[in-house]
Amino acid sequence: MAKIEAEVGKPQGGFIKWIDDRFPMTSTLKYHVTEYYASKNFNWWYIFGVLAFVVLAIQLLTGIFLTMNYKPAAADAFASVEYIMRDVEWGWLIRYMHSTGASFFFIVVYLHMYRAMLYGSYKKPRELIWLIGMMIFFVLMAEGFAGYLLPWGQMSYWGAQVIISLFGAIPWVGDALVEIIRGDYSISDITLNRFFALHVILLPLILIALVFVHIVALHEVGSNNPDGIDIKKHKDANGKPLDGIAFHPYHTSKDLVGITVFLMIFSAVVFFAPDMGGYFLEHANFEPANLTATPEHIAPVWYFTPFYAILRAVPDKLWGFILFGLSVVLPVFLPWLDRSRVRSIRYRGWIYKSALATFTVTFLALGWLGTMPADGLYVMMARVFSVLYFAFFLLMPYYTSIDKTKPEPDRVVYHG
Amino acid sequence: MVRFKRLAGLVGLAVCFASAQGIAAGGSTHMEPADIDPNNVASLQRGARNFMNFCSGCHSAQYVRYKTVGKYLELSEEQLVDNLMFNADKTFETIQASMPSDDAKRWYGVAPPDLSLTARAKGVDYVYNFLKGFYVEEGSPTGVNNLVLSGTSMPHVLWELQGYQAANFSHHENEDGSVTTTFEGFEMLSPGSMDAEDYDEFVRDTVNFLAYIAEPIRSDRRKLGVWVLMFLIFFFILASMLKKQIWKDVK
Repeated sequence: MAKIEAEVGKPQGGFIKWIDDRFPMTSTLKYHVTEYYASKNFNWWYIFGVLAFVVLAIQLLTGIFLTMNYKPAAADAFASVEYIMRDVEWGWLIRYMHSTGASFFFIVVYLHMYRAMLYGSYKKPRELIWLIGMMIFFVLMAEGFAGYLLPWGQMSYWGAQVIISLFGAIPWVGDALVEIIRGDYSISDITLNRFFALHVILLPLILIALVFVHIVALHEVGSNNPDGIDIKKHKDANGKPLDGIAFHPYHTSKDLVGITVFLMIFSAVVFFAPDMGGYFLEHANFEPANLTATPEHIAPVWYFTPFYAILRAVPDKLWGFILFGLSVVLPVFLPWLDRSRVRSIRYRGWIYKSALATFTVTFLALGWLGTMPADGLYVMMARVFSVLYFAFFLLMPYYTSIDKTKPEPDRVVYHG
Repeated sequence: MVRFKRLAGLVGLAVCFASAQGIAAGGSTHMEPADIDPNNVASLQRGARNFMNFCSGCHSAQYVRYKTVGKYLELSEEQLVDNLMFNADKTFETIQASMPSDDAKRWYGVAPPDLSLTARAKGVDYVYNFLKGFYVEEGSPTGVNNLVLSGTSMPHVLWELQGYQAANFSHHENEDGSVTTTFEGFEMLSPGSMDAEDYDEFVRDTVNFLAYIAEPIRSDRRKLGVWVLMFLIFFFILASMLKKQIWKDVK
């Protein structure tokens, strides 16, 4: 009886308390936002996680409005996209935001993954965060691929034709698998319909669920930092890490600055170069899909080209497919391939630094080669870079264990 | 501040890269730059007139409404109806070809393509050089061939204006016995009603119009983009000040 009276007497009881008694609202907010402590020495590499979240929001919002006007039928799809571009109020802006957002999603996610490689964020105890992140990446690839077919342009059609037929290289089940994916003997109205269903329902649902789990796992072990050291080693009397600052308001206010810079770059593309010279919107995709005319040069959209270059570098169809698949999947094993005692590039030796620098050049070069025709010299270069790509991962257990590391500092390096 | 300069540099680099790619796209050995001026409304008006008089008989622009044409070209409804709309009554209608496409298929073997997006799909330089690239070739069904699109089934519709020209090729035998053919230039056989300079202008205006209908919103989006970027710069300053204020006690 006395307890209830005491609670009634509290001025801030009321509505918040009514909810907190039934749902962990305040405690969840504290745990994930106002009392989630992350290192104060984050640099700009740490913006890409929150930016991926921003792009996801842009894609979901613009996607909803596109769905209201788009027609997922082979006979109508191309015309409905032009209808959105010309006749729907602000349709052009929504469409350009969505098409630019697709490319930016990959830019941001690639940089986010690269950050993890720079500072060893995938290493113990964050292996599971990395695994979930890789699953997000795979779903994102499927999402991008399905979405790319929807405008039903020449490159949509023939790009999908090439990529789907890759699965035909699998022995025994290949042909059946290709038919299951297409739902038909060639890419058709039926394929477009099912890709639409996957693109707007199944894959976004999985994506959102995985992003949620990714963040829950992150908040369980805490964020890494550019020094790759554990900030929980030094805590104050209240158990708050000495080098940690609350996500809100500290990191949120910093992220707001980063988001604004990102939006400037994003808007520069949307308003001044939405085609991005044929990389974000390919020229051939302004012609409707023509089932009888194969374009001279078929290349997948830029974010798949590094892996596509590896596929074409292999003379054998089945082995090409296997190595293509392997090149996409290999980063999953990074937490166990990396034997270094330190996480951050700051305290690694020259061997890992050169390996990562070579890998950076390799990945960019493969991306460029994937957009070029598969002619003599380009194929030779793609072979050299493919070998380097696989060497980076497969030799990693060896070179990271012999690499001479520097001693890590006790506290994070931070200059006010 | 150094970091922001670096970021700004990256943006600049990306935009340069994009525009360089845009120019390079669709490049062929003989491409002359179309050199259009999308802000020249008079050129666009002449282009619209050219399109309606010489193209729209066979080619549709099925995604383009007449009123869209009128909007940016500063043409009133009467002007549209009197000067441009030959087979349509209402300005919300789209531009349809006068020739039925079944007949077209029978006469030319292929229906003339819709031109709504051609300038964007092929590039303005392609269209410009195509319209200037017809030359006389004995034995071809239309009596002409085209330097840009060899074997095209389109006849030289603009012959009355340009006249008929011949293309000179030089043949060079390589060491392995193969022959390399090089285009040397055009030679006017029978001049049309326009001299070369006027014809260039005629084609340029037409291509300008085709580029406009390929993306009618282009100039609006660039104008809006300036405002959006100006707002974001302003917001960036506010956000930076807020961050600085909040981070004051982080040591």
